[in-house]
Amino acid sequence: MNAATATPAIETFNLTKVYGHDNTEVVAMKDVSLRVNRGQVVALVGPSGAGKSTLLTAIGLINPPTAGRIVIGGQPVMEADRAFVDLRAFRRQHLGFVFQKANLIPFLTAAENVRVAMEINDVSPRAARSRALQLLDYLGVADRADHLPDALSGGQQQRVAVARALANEPSLILADEPTAALDGHRGRQVMELFRKVAHEHGAGAIVVTHDHRALDVFDEIYEMEDGRLSPSQMQKHQS
Amino acid sequence: MNLATKDIRHNLGRFVLTTIGIGLLLMIVMGMGGIYRGLIREATLLVDTIGADLWVVQGSTRGPFAELSRIPANLEDRVRAVPGVAGARRFVSYTVQREVRSRPLRLVVTGLAWPDDQGDWIPLVAGRPLRQAHYEMIADRSLGLAFGAKVKLGKEVYEVVGLTKGLVGAGGDGLGFFTASDAAAIQFDVPGDATRLERAARQARLAVSDLGRVQPLLRSRAGGLTSGLPALSPPQVSAVLVKLQPGANAAAALATLGTWPDVSVYTTRQQMDLLVSGMVDKARRQLGLFRVLLIIISTIIMALIIYTLTLDKIHDIALLKLIGARNGVIVGLILQQALLIGALGYGLAFWLGTFAFPQFPRLVVIETPDLLLLAGVVLAISVLASLLGIGKAMSVEPNKVLS
Repeated sequence: MNAATATPAIETFNLTKVYGHDNTEVVAMKDVSLRVNRGQVVALVGPSGAGKSTLLTAIGLINPPTAGRIVIGGQPVMEADRAFVDLRAFRRQHLGFVFQKANLIPFLTAAENVRVAMEINDVSPRAARSRALQLLDYLGVADRADHLPDALSGGQQQRVAVARALANEPSLILADEPTAALDGHRGRQVMELFRKVAHEHGAGAIVVTHDHRALDVFDEIYEMEDGRLSPSQMQKHQS
Repeated sequence: MNLATKDIRHNLGRFVLTTIGIGLLLMIVMGMGGIYRGLIREATLLVDTIGADLWVVQGSTRGPFAELSRIPANLEDRVRAVPGVAGARRFVSYTVQREVRSRPLRLVVTGLAWPDDQGDWIPLVAGRPLRQAHYEMIADRSLGLAFGAKVKLGKEVYEVVGLTKGLVGAGGDGLGFFTASDAAAIQFDVPGDATRLERAARQARLAVSDLGRVQPLLRSRAGGLTSGLPALSPPQVSAVLVKLQPGANAAAALATLGTWPDVSVYTTRQQMDLLVSGMVDKARRQLGLFRVLLIIISTIIMALIIYTLTLDKIHDIALLKLIGARNGVIVGLILQQALLIGALGYGLAFWLGTFAFPQFPRLVVIETPDLLLLAGVVLAISVLASLLGIGKAMSVEPNKVLS
């Protein structure tokens, strides 16, 4: 194991998120500590309102925690709501996002949707174009590169979204119910894609999902309930 | 990759319609500036073209264009005696509206001091200057009179022997050049019955006055021509135009004429200033207010359109923020669209104007400094219009993508 893979993709220490205060106080996440290694794919399951998305947005540096520490790729990033880095720059360089909806930019083609992530990260247009086509090819949608999102199926759109998430070779991929809009077969394909990507690209991946049919794809499964994170019993059953 | 142009291509219909709308508004703004310049050009055209150094008009008036001026025609003889004066000629100018071939004809009757002034200085596009003391005229094309046409004005018929182009008075009516005596005949033409009644009235007045009783010959003359009565003044003229000798001391001539209590004297520059400050100033202010209003309206429309375009892609902007796009990328996306609408609208306004402005009833003069100024204004309003959209884009949170 080399130094890069030995460093966890992400570590969180006692992340807590509280909304409101006094009588209106709601604890959405409580003392969440999590470690995801590079090349590891982790599922986050739990009922609605359990705090999965809160954890994901905190790790994604778009919704700071009230307390706790986030370390990504060995670099301390946040302590409570105090940032140690330029969060937007850090997101574009180290994080990849995939959502329930593909969220492709409707006026850009599939290839351009991938390119845009690289060009805002100062990758030259030529290099970005080349890598975008490579990624789309890798994900099996190269033939749709010049099509606008409207002309792509749901599965194709989600593959393009994954390609965009991988564009800047992130150390961590965050996916929020990426298969919710897909049928079971395509949903499983996407989950397997995350596993393939994480293993081949050495990135950590955290996937929030309600789809229990594809949980065998994941290296670890965590369950969230009432804002608390714990290893899932399902993993034990499946193993 | 330019996100602004990609988005425009995706929303091409709306973008094109917006640009056309803004372009038409800017064309009106541009046209109003041109109309103002045209007003000045038209107002000062005759003064500028006629080539006089000084204008002698009725005392305490600002004639003959800004207000009515009447001075005796023989004043030109007095003026010629002033040291430094090379020549003086009478000048008549007034506007008439007559029916010609059942259509109203408004023309500025301009009288030339025949035979000294035959209109050789007039820039003709067809025909020749006046060569007869009577019954000839030079007409501007805007009057709609053809070369060689015969026009009945008063009791006489005048033939168009020369044509000018764009030579109009301060009111935008075309100029018609006549000899001064013909101009007076047109101005003071009254129906035969009115002449006969006036002569009868004169005789009646003399019949009951001592003068009529002691001078019976005068009573018989009162029923004749006005020119046969030395006590009545001959027709008056609007101004006397003065040409100074080369190298003459203009200030000295002006000072000499300025001491005459019965007249006022203006240089050509002062005459132009009178026209611009007096006759054109209100129109200038009115047009200026319209231009400001139109610019405000253009800004509001652009701002609303840009804001709407921004709202349409607010989710995409949130996504761009989420994946780490700098603010500059997002501001650029909105600002470039606003600038593109402004620039294309401006270009469209200019292009449409080249076809539309020559069809306007009044002269529209588009000058380069005005175009540059408007370009600056369009740049400013484009930036201003984008601020609302930029403000909205800056306030959107990246986690809106998750909602």
